[in-house]
Amino acid sequence: MTDRTAVVVGGNRIPFARSHGAYRQASNVDMMTAALDGLAARFGLAGHRVGEVVGGAVLKHSRDFNLTREAVLGSSLDPHTAACELQRACATGLEATIYVSNKIRLGQISDGIAGGADSVSDTPMAVSDGLRRALIRANSAKTLPARLSALSAIRPSHLVPDPPGITEPRTGLSMGEHQALTTARWGISRTDQDELALASHQNLARAWSEGFFDDLVTPYLGVAKDQGVRADTTMEKLAALKPVFGRGEGATMTAGNSTGFFDGAAVAYLADAEYAAEHHLPALARIVDAEVAAVDYTIGGEDLLLAPTYAIPRLLERNGLTWQDFDYYEIHEAFAATVLATLDALDDETYCRSTLGLPRALGEIDRTRLNVNGSSLAAGHPFAATGGRIVPTLAKLLHQRGTVDGRPARGIVSICAAGGQGAVAILEAC
Amino acid sequence: MPKKKVDPLEVIATSPVARAFTSSSVGRSVATRLGVPPAPELRRGRTLPGGAVSLAVLDKTTLVRNTLGLLGVDAIDPVIDTPDVRTPGESGRPVPPGYESRLGALVLDLTGLRTISQLEYVRGALRPAVRGLERSGRIIFVAKAPESYDELEPRVLSQGLDGLNRTVAKELRGGATSNLVWVDPETTTAALASTLRFLLEGRSAYVNGQSWRVGVAEVAEEVAASASPYTGRIVAVTGAARGIGAAIARTFARDGAIVVGVDVPASGEALAKVVNEIHGTALQLDITLPDAGERIAAHVATRYGEDARLYAIIHNAGITRDRMLANLDESGWAAVLEVNLAAQLRMNASLLDGRPGGLADGGSIVGISSTSGIAGNKGQANYATSKAAIVGLVRAMAPELAARGITINAVGPGFIETEMTAAIPYLQRQIFQRSNSLAQGGKPVDVAETIAYLADPASAAVSGQVVRVCGQALVGQ
Repeated sequence: MTDRTAVVVGGNRIPFARSHGAYRQASNVDMMTAALDGLAARFGLAGHRVGEVVGGAVLKHSRDFNLTREAVLGSSLDPHTAACELQRACATGLEATIYVSNKIRLGQISDGIAGGADSVSDTPMAVSDGLRRALIRANSAKTLPARLSALSAIRPSHLVPDPPGITEPRTGLSMGEHQALTTARWGISRTDQDELALASHQNLARAWSEGFFDDLVTPYLGVAKDQGVRADTTMEKLAALKPVFGRGEGATMTAGNSTGFFDGAAVAYLADAEYAAEHHLPALARIVDAEVAAVDYTIGGEDLLLAPTYAIPRLLERNGLTWQDFDYYEIHEAFAATVLATLDALDDETYCRSTLGLPRALGEIDRTRLNVNGSSLAAGHPFAATGGRIVPTLAKLLHQRGTVDGRPARGIVSICAAGGQGAVAILEAC
Repeated sequence: MPKKKVDPLEVIATSPVARAFTSSSVGRSVATRLGVPPAPELRRGRTLPGGAVSLAVLDKTTLVRNTLGLLGVDAIDPVIDTPDVRTPGESGRPVPPGYESRLGALVLDLTGLRTISQLEYVRGALRPAVRGLERSGRIIFVAKAPESYDELEPRVLSQGLDGLNRTVAKELRGGATSNLVWVDPETTTAALASTLRFLLEGRSAYVNGQSWRVGVAEVAEEVAASASPYTGRIVAVTGAARGIGAAIARTFARDGAIVVGVDVPASGEALAKVVNEIHGTALQLDITLPDAGERIAAHVATRYGEDARLYAIIHNAGITRDRMLANLDESGWAAVLEVNLAAQLRMNASLLDGRPGGLADGGSIVGISSTSGIAGNKGQANYATSKAAIVGLVRAMAPELAARGITINAVGPGFIETEMTAAIPYLQRQIFQRSNSLAQGGKPVDVAETIAYLADPASAAVSGQVVRVCGQALVGQ
């Protein structure tokens, strides 16, 4: 087995749409299929057996147990294409990318597609545990009286449906509430958050108008552009919004500097570098390395969304790089404060020494290199789709940049996820 | 479109309900009595006529006979109407001789035409043929182009055939067509083959009453006889997401081409469907970008290799912004000229500069003109200007590109049934559909087939031509 290189060939996503809007009738499978078909058209993959398609969704119907494979079967890809379902909450798309790149580097597959889809509009609605248990018992009952007895256990309160939780099961806090704790702990100001949000919108709007997404996005159901982006937003407009998370003085998180609910799907196409060259596929960027981490946010009381601060130093150490060695930083904007807290934490001597066990803080980064073509605050954040949005975006940016000081342009992706997890990856221009 | 007096009876008789009615035998006889013949279903695709192909030759010339031979088409001798072979009819009037069974096509090789008196033979060959032609049958005239003669009489007569052809086309019934091919004295059988084959086959279903030229070019016999001429060749089609563009993409793919479908990013979803269906690649691109040609070439070079070249570019993308001149402002004027004309000029310039992924020598460019451009059309000053300019573009560039073996041609669609024309109000649409000799609208595939014929490597001798696909519309030439 030779040492192979996994490269990002390109990507495709459908525009991210506001929930309960244009995609309200579309399921995760529908959106994932559309993302795959757009990719197939871009790279001539119709009828082609891809090594593997990997992806998932966070909000998932039980009927979608084979979501990725179902999407493959509905797409123009060769039905002999195997597919695997994988999930790491909001880091699903990036985790899928890591999975595919690892298989490519091991020589197990020559090409693969990684991504994810999420619909807030078409969420599964579960029945309550009480009703569910009663129904299961009734179903397995052998006699009519036994069945009736089982059903008699149903109480009116059992009939209330159980919508999917976006709260952490172990703390009962929503992600926004968790972030509000982090925001307060790190003293992230409202102005800093709003500035980050404004930059995200301005950058994304500029990228759209420059045609940056012409070969990264395929319209879907009449939507041709991300619906979240507000080219005309201003600091004044953002400042006028009422806080939605946190309490009192410390309530700085608004709908403007937090991601809303979106529907969408995104995929990245990866291949072995030699395979890509042989098949005249572009090689935008190389997947250099990746790292995942988790924080102890339950007993340890750590910040739920700061797991990447653990992953980043480990990844840098392994690759002999410093936090300043990157030309592009793609830090997922779950909340503006998440990005800012991550940056602050890595620049904090105490946190880096005592919490992360590092000899010193990683220091500051050049903020002009951060999310240069916008991120989740403007594009929207259909949970599992975000990795498939960021990876091709960064790969294209790196490819366009080419070399910096004689070395390939270098970028890092960082995505925080529910459950106190995080995934990060380094990419280098081809 | 011309002003035409609307006969309400005709409008009713040509409605879809009436169409269904007139396809029954009772209905047909009623409809015939009303004077409204049902629109015939046209023969389409790579299909030859069902009946025999008859060949009438003046002065023992061999061009057409050899070409038919190359195409594997056996020709029968023509039946010629002369006074001595007529038989007395029931009414006492003499009946001209006829074919034993329905005739598939009559091909007239008139390259030997020199004198007026020879035209009597042409009449004699046409009379039995038009009486016995099958549905979707063909009359094909092949003659030397007027400019190839030095003497006055044949030169004049060659031009005269144009009027004869257009009249035959108007008189034919049942979806049959008549067309005239003007050749050069040096045109070879291999160079003529693609044109003759196109005209005989169902691919030319909606091309009627037209005349165009086949010149001189080296064409290998195996190329001339190929039914999948685009195998391994890369063809880019702009505006490929829907309508005529999608049909063009599919037709080239059917004939073996690797299709690069180009359309504006906003049409990406429909484009992806078309491209995936035909296993091509999609390029979401606004062709009015200054570097659109470079981007197409870059797509070809990256997706198909640095040595890959585009074999053909089909400039199908176009827009309309219809306004009467009285209401036309600068933006409506400029937008149409930009998309339909300026973008095309820019793309051609970049694709022809020898860059990787650009147009190969021996390749082909096909543009889309329009009946509106040829005849003018009320409310389409911008569109008609741009489309007439395409005629000019083709004529101007053909001699210039000949040295590189590149052909440039255009089609001129008439009324084609697309999503776009389906939006035209019902009555108006009925009039448009019926205002041609085939009494029906064309299909996107009819335009596509004609484009594929023009771009065909076997059509290397066809350049600088504008072939209308209009069923012989009442307007324009």
